[in-house]
Amino acid sequence: MMPDNPIKKFKRKATVLLMMLGAGMVCLKTGPTLAAASYSGPGPGSALRGQKIYEQTCLTCHQADAGGVPGMTPPLQKSPYVQGPAVKLISIVLNGLNDGVEIEGETYTNPMPPFNTVLKDQEIADVLTYLRSHFGNKAAPITVTQVTKIRQGIKK
Amino acid sequence: MKKVSLGIYIILFLTLIALVAGSSFKFPPHRPPKSALKLPGGFQVRVIADGLGAARHLAVAGNGLIYVKLAKLKNGKGIIVLRDLNGDGTAENVSGFGNYIGTGIYVKDGWLYASSNTDVYRYRLNENGEVIDTAHAEKIVTGLLDRHEHNSKSIVLDNNGFLYVNVGAYSNACQLQDRAQGSVGMNPCPILDSAAGIWQFRVDKAGQTYSDGVHYATGLRNVVGLDWNTDMDQLFVMQHGRDQLFQLDPNLYDAKQSAELPAETMYALHEGDNAGWPYVYYDPFQKKKIVSPEYGGDGKKTGGENAVDPVAAYPAHMAPDGLVFYTGTMFPERYRHGAFIAFHGSWNRAPEKQKGYFVVFQPFKNGKPDGNWEVFADNFAGSDNISSPGQALHRPCGLAQGPDGALYVSDDAKGTIYKITYDAR
Repeated sequence: MMPDNPIKKFKRKATVLLMMLGAGMVCLKTGPTLAAASYSGPGPGSALRGQKIYEQTCLTCHQADAGGVPGMTPPLQKSPYVQGPAVKLISIVLNGLNDGVEIEGETYTNPMPPFNTVLKDQEIADVLTYLRSHFGNKAAPITVTQVTKIRQGIKK
Repeated sequence: MKKVSLGIYIILFLTLIALVAGSSFKFPPHRPPKSALKLPGGFQVRVIADGLGAARHLAVAGNGLIYVKLAKLKNGKGIIVLRDLNGDGTAENVSGFGNYIGTGIYVKDGWLYASSNTDVYRYRLNENGEVIDTAHAEKIVTGLLDRHEHNSKSIVLDNNGFLYVNVGAYSNACQLQDRAQGSVGMNPCPILDSAAGIWQFRVDKAGQTYSDGVHYATGLRNVVGLDWNTDMDQLFVMQHGRDQLFQLDPNLYDAKQSAELPAETMYALHEGDNAGWPYVYYDPFQKKKIVSPEYGGDGKKTGGENAVDPVAAYPAHMAPDGLVFYTGTMFPERYRHGAFIAFHGSWNRAPEKQKGYFVVFQPFKNGKPDGNWEVFADNFAGSDNISSPGQALHRPCGLAQGPDGALYVSDDAKGTIYKITYDAR
């Protein structure tokens, strides 16, 4: 291989830098707009409120990085449960779970208590909306209507 | 036509490989990386194997053959055998058997004992410490409870033909609804009849169930590390204290108190002892047994008058998963008769920084803990700034002493097996 021409090398570096700068500016400019657009249902504050609920209620077990506890508490990063069907996800928060969950060949043994008496519908929608847009998860927000519907379904 | 037959040959060949691999798998020879563990002066550490996955407890046979129990099957096997053929401190020969997951493993008097999360098995060893028939285990205990939480069954033997098995509580604090804020403690706690204690069985009788065993000790929330102390001829156990005082009772405890309470505790047990769970927990600052908030406690009220006191207490939530009394002569005099404890590392201190992820030495004198514990092997996690246990590179779990007096440690995060030796030169 021929060594790179230093001028070419500099040009390439400069181009990459400029592109990064440009992308950063676009992000800065469109960031909040994009975020607002993706939370059009539950409102832009949902994920922000959800973060507080995560820190107060979920963090001790699921941990600050949502990495869970190996063998005990399932991780919520890039999670098939968090990004999966809303009905199942909401039901887990309302009813708890003690099935020895298995994710990618790892089994998690600690039970999750029901949060139906601890969290209000809006709070459940908020915390799930937060999780579905953080920790490597990408899924549609959860609305308070969805949670209420499932809670009423349970009552019947 | 030619293409088709070639394809068939390839498929046959691959099937053959798969069959051979399935019947007696061997890891390819490989030299593990150097360990980053920190040890006191004069001690050396070698990584003798790695990549075993969830390596829980381990045992060393008389000739130095190492048996590791896995909580997750590796190539379909639940027990790994490590053999250092040329004595260079690295296992060149790795094989496996047993198709069940579990934690407990122990070698004594020509037998290998291993546990699943419900049963205990044993295998006859030959004079070289090898299992004679890996395909046929004798099931000596069966039907122990496994309800997910605290389901590992740790095992140890005494010198009189008895086996001791821990059955952990399938609960944090015996609340009506486990780990739910505001849920009351069940009174009496129904878990205590078949879990949260130690059961004693005969080592030489097949198919024993709860009713064949002796309910040796009760009121122990979850024990993972346990060992028989030959000086005292007595069982010593490490209890994992309860979790989540703040999350379950935010009016009585704050997050900081919840991170520091209760102590992880060491008990020296006699038959019939009760350690008090779930009614009381041990507060290492007040040095008292305090009534659990689920049973009317206020953080100050003492209780458990009939329960035994711990013989030593350690910082909260560090998760003592391995205990071994040092009976060798390789290590300096002060280590002899003392205890090594593997602290797996906490999760329940969040949002505070996590703690543990090290092996501790507890000095002993006349069969009792004597003086302060000290960190012996450190830096399993690779950092002392762990906020979530998943960030730890390694987590010490099992401990065993080799016939030469070396100390072996297993890590169940990555499956690394360490050998710690002493040479003052």
